[in-house]
Amino acid sequence: MRYEPVIGMEVHVELNTQSKMFCACRADIFGAAPNTHVCPVCLGMPGVLPVINQKAVEYTIMLGQALNCEIQLHNVFARKNYFYPDLPKGYQISQYELPLCLNGYVDVQPEGSPEPRRIRIRRVHLEEDTGKLTHVGDYSLVDLNRAGVPLVEIVTEADIHSAEEAYLYVSKLRQIVRYLGISTGDMEKGAMRCEVNLSLKNAATGEWGTKVEIKNLNSFRSVRNAIEYEVQRQEKVLAEGGAVEQVTMGWDENRQVTFVQRVKEGDVGYRYFPEPDLPPLYLEASWVEQIRAGLPELPDAKLARYTTDYGLTDKEAAVLAEDRATAEYFEAVVQAAADFPGVTPKQVSNWISGELFRLLSESGLEIGQVNIAPAHLAALIALVNANTINQTAAKKTFKVMFETGRAPKDIVRELGLEQISDAGQLEQLVRQVIADNPEAVERYRSGQEKVLGFLVGQVMRASRGKANPQLVGDLLKKELQTG
Amino acid sequence: MAKLSRQEVEYIAELAKLTLSDEEKQQFREQLSAILEYAAILQQVDTTGIPPTASAIPLKNVMRPDEAGLSLSNEEALFNAPDAQDGCFRVKAVLDDTP
Repeated sequence: MRYEPVIGMEVHVELNTQSKMFCACRADIFGAAPNTHVCPVCLGMPGVLPVINQKAVEYTIMLGQALNCEIQLHNVFARKNYFYPDLPKGYQISQYELPLCLNGYVDVQPEGSPEPRRIRIRRVHLEEDTGKLTHVGDYSLVDLNRAGVPLVEIVTEADIHSAEEAYLYVSKLRQIVRYLGISTGDMEKGAMRCEVNLSLKNAATGEWGTKVEIKNLNSFRSVRNAIEYEVQRQEKVLAEGGAVEQVTMGWDENRQVTFVQRVKEGDVGYRYFPEPDLPPLYLEASWVEQIRAGLPELPDAKLARYTTDYGLTDKEAAVLAEDRATAEYFEAVVQAAADFPGVTPKQVSNWISGELFRLLSESGLEIGQVNIAPAHLAALIALVNANTINQTAAKKTFKVMFETGRAPKDIVRELGLEQISDAGQLEQLVRQVIADNPEAVERYRSGQEKVLGFLVGQVMRASRGKANPQLVGDLLKKELQTG
Repeated sequence: MAKLSRQEVEYIAELAKLTLSDEEKQQFREQLSAILEYAAILQQVDTTGIPPTASAIPLKNVMRPDEAGLSLSNEEALFNAPDAQDGCFRVKAVLDDTP
């Protein structure tokens, strides 16, 4: 019997607003002492009134638009009732029947698949995060700093069919929230948390199996590993003639296994009803359009533009479009290159994904901290194109640019890196090298043309790396033929 | 309208985390049924063509700018807590089964 995994995901993303969803407490709670970002509203004191954070609504609309959703002008907050100490009110303010965004999609590109796979987004809604519990023996400690931080929930249709697709989807989602600048997307800091609904479809009959929910997937690795584990577990249960139970499972990161958390309650247990403390939203269509107009260009659009307009390969384009800061730096250099005829986007791409990335990883810096002016990088490439410096000298110059932010022509002059392209000057060195290496010369003349490389290297060394290697090659050949 | 069943009262009590005696179950069964009967009268109103409303207050789009203000101090936050430890509210052990 063959089974296909059918997977839907719920991803929670914390928004990086200044203040919380319904009160003015600071929303950036990472590393703060427990219960220091709390007030009567987020502590659930009697008699207080929540007020909607407009920025959080705006951010959710941005995300909905980036995920190709329909933005719902009329939307309503709802109470989701349950008893648990992570929520002091006894309910979470969320959205239920009338969320902000509906019916979107994201395309992901699995390795080796000719077509991208479309994952439909059912809804995107806005809610408040809950507090954090620490379990200590027979009691629990409650920190409510996180309670009330704006949280967006993104729900897909069951369109995901493998651990890899789930991984690609979550990666893409993180890339998008980072491009939009609405969340850090840091899974290890809890700014992004995933839940998976998984069942196995009988490939022969098309019959869907029982749905199991897996919670607490707080890293990309655990998303992938938990799905792979759970698919195998369910296949084994079915192969042995058993039945998969409808349960909620957790993921044990240390033991790399799923474990049963509790039996799933229906939605009715939450007794959702419209939040009476919050008047409904009837958003202005003009505001929603204004937000759309302000969206940055997103990775998919950049990728397409880099390949069609700039002639980059898919791989090169993907590396540059991976994060917004890299893409913006690349585009700034390409724009500056307009003043340097002959400098191509491909060359810019090579310098950024080659030398720049190498120096960044060596130094532990981020691309946003790079102090090489875009025009300076374009100028450096122009110097190579004009044969003023060779590739080795260019790398040396680039390193100094990276360290000091100075202009390439100043560095080249100061370090005396100008390429020697004067034939007269080089001929002397060429003759000297020929005289010093009779054996190599003999081998070359007897037909071992590979030896030319060695001789070029000797001349380069004699010129302290400054000779134009192309010219050296030509001069050597000429000299060896006539000599 | 039929009265609430005893099972329905028990289910609602469970959701509200209330432990009821047999007498109380009967008492609330009658009280809750009376409330439902009253709601049933409201449901007789013909609402054809009237969109559902989430709020009876004539307000909409009440939002605030995203500006951070002051929070309580940790001492103030925990002032009324029956039990506290390490800056946290301390509660009886709960299983990690957040919905």
